[in-house]
Amino acid sequence: MQAFEYSKPTTTKEALGMLGAQWGETDILAGGTDLLSLMKDYVHTPKRVVSLSGIKELKLIKSAADGLHIGAMVTIEELLENAQVRKEYASLVQAARGISSPQIRAMGTVGGDLCQRPRCWYFRKGFGLLPRDSRGRDLVPNGENRYHAILGNSGPAKFVSASSLAPALVALGAKVTIASASGNRTVDVEKFFMAPTDASTREVDLKPNEILTGIVVPVAGGAKQATYEVRQKEALDWPLATASVALKMSGSTVQSAKVVLGHVAPTPWNSAEAAQALAGKAINESTAKVAADAALARATPLSQNAYKVQLAKVAVKRALLAAAGKA
Amino acid sequence: MPSKYDWPAEGKRSLIGKRISRLDGPDKASGRARYAYDTNRPGGLVAKLLCSPHAHAKITRIDTSEAERAPGVRAVKVMAPAGTEVQWQGFEIAAVAADTEELAQDGVRKIKVEYEILPHLVKEEDVSKAANMIKPSAEETKGNPDSGFSEADAVHEGYYGINTITHCCLESHGQVAEWNGDNCTLYASTQALGRIGGDLAKVLGAEPATANIKPANIRVITEYMGGGFGSKFSIDKWGIVCAQFSKQTGKPVKLMLDRDQELLMAGMRPSDYAKIKLGAKKDGTITAWQHESWSTGGPGGGGAPPIPYVFTEIPNQRKRHIAVSTHTGPARAWRAPNHPQAAALTMCAMDDLAAKLNMNPLDFFIKNLPLTARGDVYKAELLKGAELMDWKTKWHPRGQGGNGYLKRGVGLSLHTWGGRAHDSDCRIVINSDGSVQAQLGSQDLGTGTRTVIGIVAAETLGIPLSGVQVQIGDSNYPPSGASGGSTTVGGVSSSTRRASVKALDKLFEAVAPSLGTTADKLVARDGRIHVEGDPSKSLTWKAACAKLGTKSISEIGRQPARDEGNLNDNGVGGIQMAEVEVDTETGIVSVKKMVAVQDCGLIIDVKTAESQCYGAMIMGVCAALYEERIFDQQTGTMLNADMEFYKLSGIADVGDMVVHMMTGVYDGRGVIGLGEPPAISPPAAISNAVANAIGVRVPTIPLTPDKVLAALEKGGRA
Ligand SMILES: Cc1cc2nc3c(=O)[nH]c(=O)nc-3n(C[C@H](O)[C@H](O)[C@H](O)COP(=O)(O)OP(=O)(O)OC[C@H]3O[C@@H](n4cnc5c(N)ncnc54)[C@H](O)[C@@H]3O)c2cc1C
Repeated sequence: MQAFEYSKPTTTKEALGMLGAQWGETDILAGGTDLLSLMKDYVHTPKRVVSLSGIKELKLIKSAADGLHIGAMVTIEELLENAQVRKEYASLVQAARGISSPQIRAMGTVGGDLCQRPRCWYFRKGFGLLPRDSRGRDLVPNGENRYHAILGNSGPAKFVSASSLAPALVALGAKVTIASASGNRTVDVEKFFMAPTDASTREVDLKPNEILTGIVVPVAGGAKQATYEVRQKEALDWPLATASVALKMSGSTVQSAKVVLGHVAPTPWNSAEAAQALAGKAINESTAKVAADAALARATPLSQNAYKVQLAKVAVKRALLAAAGKA
Repeated sequence: MPSKYDWPAEGKRSLIGKRISRLDGPDKASGRARYAYDTNRPGGLVAKLLCSPHAHAKITRIDTSEAERAPGVRAVKVMAPAGTEVQWQGFEIAAVAADTEELAQDGVRKIKVEYEILPHLVKEEDVSKAANMIKPSAEETKGNPDSGFSEADAVHEGYYGINTITHCCLESHGQVAEWNGDNCTLYASTQALGRIGGDLAKVLGAEPATANIKPANIRVITEYMGGGFGSKFSIDKWGIVCAQFSKQTGKPVKLMLDRDQELLMAGMRPSDYAKIKLGAKKDGTITAWQHESWSTGGPGGGGAPPIPYVFTEIPNQRKRHIAVSTHTGPARAWRAPNHPQAAALTMCAMDDLAAKLNMNPLDFFIKNLPLTARGDVYKAELLKGAELMDWKTKWHPRGQGGNGYLKRGVGLSLHTWGGRAHDSDCRIVINSDGSVQAQLGSQDLGTGTRTVIGIVAAETLGIPLSGVQVQIGDSNYPPSGASGGSTTVGGVSSSTRRASVKALDKLFEAVAPSLGTTADKLVARDGRIHVEGDPSKSLTWKAACAKLGTKSISEIGRQPARDEGNLNDNGVGGIQMAEVEVDTETGIVSVKKMVAVQDCGLIIDVKTAESQCYGAMIMGVCAALYEERIFDQQTGTMLNADMEFYKLSGIADVGDMVVHMMTGVYDGRGVIGLGEPPAISPPAAISNAVANAIGVRVPTIPLTPDKVLAALEKGGRA
């Protein structure tokens, strides 16, 4: 780890004043479960680290008319323990439970989960987020891509978005709130994630001197929801594919659906095709399967990850059946 | 001829063969136990290694000047000078010692190395891409393979493989070195504390500045040890540089490998891939075996697997092997070297042949037991295993694992191992205050060696286990062998038994007059010494020892010493069965239950023996389902030299584990090692269970979801 200056401000405003305008100058520290690994591996070498742990307002969970406001520094464990979250947002709870170790859930924060860097092993081993060899060739298509993207991978970004909370939040129509020296802005979680097109852009809509202050999850209003994760093992591991669904029902048929896949694309993947396939249908094994096939119809697997197409279909199908109480 | 050194007969044992918790459990669980990794000497420095980022390259220039000037850096040493051709990623290039770990790491980053990149090969499964990196060996035949196959009613041909994996010791490799004048103490994580001091002295003795250093100058201490599994027998380059730094700076120096270095260069288990053909008669009798195999053990290539395994007496055989050299960290012994691979190839091919013959594999394997070295042992074990697994109910013909998408299946495998006793000296000291020390220059890798020594001494002296202080982990104690090949328990239990009998004889001589008898009439039991047949004439252990006055007793017992009792033996058999559930929609395999039935002669401590089996099975689940060194052929980089994508199972992933030790039956053979045998069968048994569940073979291990789905699709069962 490269030596750095450490600061621990007590207000968001103070923190904003400490952040650099260029990526690489400063890094925000939340629970540190990701940032410290990045720094130990010299993937991030900030000159200054700005901890958010002294800012009380970022640790609150508050209910308001527009939904539940969850501070960026709320830990994943605190999120899981919150009564209202447990009551209203089953799919978010299921996603948070999947984050597999108690240590990570106790230290890791909601903001950190959304802002964590991709786990692409080329990136983590220093070949860049859009990994290239010394001659400029893309390493992923002919390399080890078993865990890489099967959707939205036609550009240079072929990693998968790491956040497990994000697909559930997209399905629930949540927004993130972002603070900068020039004011606050609100962005749909869906739009917050972006596939970078060149080395100067990031995977999230965040500037180096902005802070994600929290999320707002709209009232679920009785929507049926579920998250299903395909995981190879129970202990400390990443899912291979996930799906979070939220269904507005009219009687026993779907009025409108959101089907959001995780760990299959550089961003959470909101499938309009699956939503369309479900409209007006009752949820059963065969409609769930049709929706799953629709969600993956445009999949473009790489040399080693065609199996993930099948896994993603299973995640969609099982999430739908679980949401409908048929699992 | 029976001897007084022999193990006590079954009815006369008070501790041996019971279930006794390990002596150091509380120290380990509470963190009081001090490992090499925990050793921090006052004023000590920390050293870090610079390792090659390239799989194959020539060092053209190396410049350490900036590192030498870096803050806190006390010493820099080039380990691979310009001109060196590095053969794997992780190859040691230079080391830096500094005031703190962070400063040492900063120092390492200031070393400038220029490389000429050379072509590399980091994958061996597709042998057709290995070009000039292969070394075929001559064909071997036995009997007449062609007529063996023509005699067969069914012939099966298949492709099988098992990949390279690493050791994943919880404690990484390394040590702390501390000199006092010309004497060095090495606090090392080692399986061979009696050996590495001498190895270090040899290297140092060859250098002018340290030419006077002899083996006697080096003391090695290994109080506790976080696993080795075969990878920690050598002083290693990092041990030498650590000692050199300490000598040079006059300060203690600690050098432990980082986890990525551990995975890159501190040892791996060679792979084995094979195309196997075998034939059998209708009744299941195997008539012929043929294989073409290839494997890598890193730069040195990989040796031929000992297959057919266990069923070595198949009458007609034809074998060919290709060693493939790869630019990956070199192999080291891995818990039962070559056996897990041989079991995976042999037992899976045999299981497929059984399926082709529509035979229950249990019957098929039993039918062929005459082709093994210990058919009766295996038969008893298979029948016991079948009972514990409820094999009769659970086994079904392939592909009939259930109607839903979750399929269940069972599989089995057989294994064998030596486990002879290594050389060992034990000193038993009995003091006049009644205290007893058992001293051996042995090491407890986590297996229970300390506990076993205590049990043998206490049993022999007729005192409680708490009455023996076991002193091991120091090369100043009498020499005892390296802990490898499952040789430790036989060695230390035999030497401890002999030393204890001798020391007790001396005590009997000292107390006999006061009990009005002679030494040969005395027995020690339940903390007392009394006249045989007359318990009223007795002394407590303490009172007896008090008769020693100002003296104490000190006796050495030796292994080998065949004339002093029949205490150990060599050669065991074991079987394992696995039950799995496969999600045929996702290809995810979960192990539901495993059964291990194992022979290891006389068991000193049933609890630590069972623990060996549990640990081995857990390690086997990891290897069967998760572990892989994932290399990128484009860059030569190992992409998962970390504990995140180099996957291991957690406790929720291992299922129920049932261990049955064949106690009683083979006690007369004495003690035989157990560390390795139970680690052999798991991948084979699990792969066979998956085949039973889903109806098709997943050819190569680990059984990851992508491969399981591909096999289902290929077999038309997706
Ligand atoms: C083995 C392993 C398995 C895991 N499995 C999963 C899993 O299944 N699913 C999953 O979702 N996660 C998983 N995680 C990741 C874990 O959830 C994240 O590391 C954690 O959520 C990050 O939170 P943190 O507070 O520790 O973030 P930090 O490490 O402190 O920060 C992470 C990044 O986000 C930035 N950041 C943090 N907070 C803010 C903010 N408020 N505003 C702007 N930028 C910010 C930091 O600068 C840094 O770049 C796993 C991690 C490991 C090591």
